[in-house]
Amino acid sequence: MAKAIFVDIDKCLACKGCEIACALAHSQSGILEEAISEHPKPQSRIAVEAAGELGVPLQCRHCEDAPCITVCPTKAIGRNTPESPVLIDNDLCIGCRFCIAVCPFGVIELSRDNKVMIKCDLCIKRIKKQSKPACVEACPTGALMLIDEHDWAAGKRRKAARELIESVLYNTKTKPEDNARA
Amino acid sequence: MAPEKRSSDEAAQEMISQMADAGQENAWDRFEAQLPQCGFGKLGVCCRICAMGPCRISPFGEGPKAGVCGADAETIAARNLVRMIAGGAAAHSDHGRDVAHTFKMAAENDTCDYMIKDELKLREVAARYGISVEGRNTKEIAADLSDVMLSEFGKPDGTLISAAAYPPPARQKVWEEFGVTPRSIDREIVEIMHRTHMGVGADYKNIVKQGIRASLADGWGGSLIATEISDILFGSPWPIRFGVNLGVLDAKQVNIIVHGHEPALSDIIVAVSQEPELVKMAEDKGATGINLSGICCTANEILMRHGIPVAGNFLQQELAIMTGVVEVMLVDVQCIMPALGSLSSCFHTKVITTSPKCKIEGAEHIEFHEDRAMETAREIVTLAIDNFANRKGKGAIPKATERGIAGFTSENIFHHLGGRFRASYRPLNDNIINGRIRGAAGVVGCNNPKQVHDYGHLAMIKELIKNDILVVSTGCSAIAAGKAGLMRPDAAAKYCGPGLCEVCETVGIPPVLHVGSCVDNSRILTILSNVVAEGGLGEDISELPVAGAAPEWMSEKAVSIGMYFVASGVFTIIAEPLPVLGAENLTRYLTEGIEKDLGGKWAFEKDPAKAAHMMIEHIESKRDALGINKAAERKLYDMEDRRALAVE
Repeated sequence: MAKAIFVDIDKCLACKGCEIACALAHSQSGILEEAISEHPKPQSRIAVEAAGELGVPLQCRHCEDAPCITVCPTKAIGRNTPESPVLIDNDLCIGCRFCIAVCPFGVIELSRDNKVMIKCDLCIKRIKKQSKPACVEACPTGALMLIDEHDWAAGKRRKAARELIESVLYNTKTKPEDNARA
Repeated sequence: MAPEKRSSDEAAQEMISQMADAGQENAWDRFEAQLPQCGFGKLGVCCRICAMGPCRISPFGEGPKAGVCGADAETIAARNLVRMIAGGAAAHSDHGRDVAHTFKMAAENDTCDYMIKDELKLREVAARYGISVEGRNTKEIAADLSDVMLSEFGKPDGTLISAAAYPPPARQKVWEEFGVTPRSIDREIVEIMHRTHMGVGADYKNIVKQGIRASLADGWGGSLIATEISDILFGSPWPIRFGVNLGVLDAKQVNIIVHGHEPALSDIIVAVSQEPELVKMAEDKGATGINLSGICCTANEILMRHGIPVAGNFLQQELAIMTGVVEVMLVDVQCIMPALGSLSSCFHTKVITTSPKCKIEGAEHIEFHEDRAMETAREIVTLAIDNFANRKGKGAIPKATERGIAGFTSENIFHHLGGRFRASYRPLNDNIINGRIRGAAGVVGCNNPKQVHDYGHLAMIKELIKNDILVVSTGCSAIAAGKAGLMRPDAAAKYCGPGLCEVCETVGIPPVLHVGSCVDNSRILTILSNVVAEGGLGEDISELPVAGAAPEWMSEKAVSIGMYFVASGVFTIIAEPLPVLGAENLTRYLTEGIEKDLGGKWAFEKDPAKAAHMMIEHIESKRDALGINKAAERKLYDMEDRRALAVE
């Protein structure tokens, strides 16, 4: 599978910069000063949800076995290739909301003009131009990342390995006989 | 990013490339690292005023519509805006206060390093402030005037004397009726902070009203005091030739750059830097002399009065250090990038902070006190001379320089227009009325890496003068115009429309008049008042065919300046919008509704040529309203008519 957006929750400051950047990327003009007076107003496809003191940015996970694809009665939701993101075809979508019902993350919504369902399209137009998705680019702390899941997993393994070694070293240094000698 | 996309100035481009080659970062790099900038901040809908927050209003209407206290986007953006005005008005006015203290010292103390240099102006200003001048000596008048001016900052009752002495009566009436006549300067700034405290004002128009009042206390108060006293104390400017851009630095001499805003120290540096002992000392160290130049408005202050060359404007401060030939960059207050501290550590250049208000990590601090002015100035110049030996390599000075004429003021423009013996604004008014000059525009303000450096100023100014609009300029905008050769008298033939060109060539002025530093925007207010007083162009500033612009603004001071121009009745256009767009009603008020209240309004336009045409359109509409665009009907006079003509 191609790259996907991952979140490092420890780094999210809940600034909601990703929300504005997403809405802007999906606006007509793409310019903040003009988008502010567009009708309908631009809509964000990512939402920072509060979980106690922390914030978690959520957007479509582009699931491998996506329930929204299965449930869609008009086959509006689908993938072009097994590698590509899950997309909604506006011409086919009838706005029945079944996809909202089955989405485990609640990241599909009805558009402001009440015509179609909208969700993260992984900024497919931007990615074609070799740039990152708007939310990833806007994130000031790097909490949002566009990476391959293998790289992500590898990164996590390396971090776990480092922590393991640190804890082993710590335990060796603080052996009871060391303490006694000190 | 390619240097041409960062600056339109050749010298700047050259230094930007060098910085990139050397791996040194500058304001443009740091700007790019900040992208994309926070949308909430840009739209003005983020509130950090109390600890229930920070709160922000979703600009696209998806999230909460109010902060914890219930403040909506309108309230939040209005509060943020007027707090910017408080910052700007405070900076200008505190500068005014400092020179007022120096003035008082000069008036009271004969052994002081400062003295009254312009007695004529002292008498004129004192008379405006209601101080009797007949039969009194300079010292007495100066002592009284300094006391009255200093009390303007914090007097408990009444309104500003200057707000009644300088503007046209019709303008004063507008303020009175709207309830924004400024009281004491500090009071208006303090009241902004009070009104925007948690749980005070929430009505956006009423919040903006206090911003207007404080901005008027700046333009017609604090800034005006700074200008008037500086003229009295350091001498009124007179047209003077100057050299400008990084090429004014000289590899063979000890280079001292003054940077910041206040003239108090830099004026003394001008005096001591050519003292024979110091020059001798420099020669002993192998230099051919001591070369003084300036950046930002400190530069403008000593340029206007002494013709000291200007090394560059705001975005060239880092580039100047990068040349490697600057022994000392002496800074006072405002617009000094903290980045200078760390950048200077890579060179022999010493950045010296001199104000107790401004210390920067990586800079040396030599505190300047007015009562030891000469002593401190000599100490700093000596330090620069000693540092000459530490210079590494030949340095890299861009060749580009330009020359021009600066030093225009509301007083001396009288003489240029009318001649020495019948000094008058009449020729200016007449030429506006007969349409040779369509009107006038003030193009002022900063640099901002969001626009290509200098391009905004130049594209706008060229478009205006091409359309026969006379331009007055201050601050970093004036420096940009100077660097591009727009302040050379021969620029008229090259860039102007036929009408303006004819006037410039007849009178002998460049089409872009340098009227000083950013506090000297008060000179533009005075010029506008004088034009109204001369007659024939209406009763109020708001009737004049004029417009204002800050095409590369960035500082809070620019917001205060913009607001006092709008509140004085001037259509004012800026490139980067005020951070209010997240508040729909407030934006509409500032760009439309406010005109009904005060006669001026704001506009936002990033394309400088397009903005120039919006100004021209506005100027033409004012000409239409004055009835001076109609071709005057030819009337055949008989003797009866002639007898009825009144003698003026």
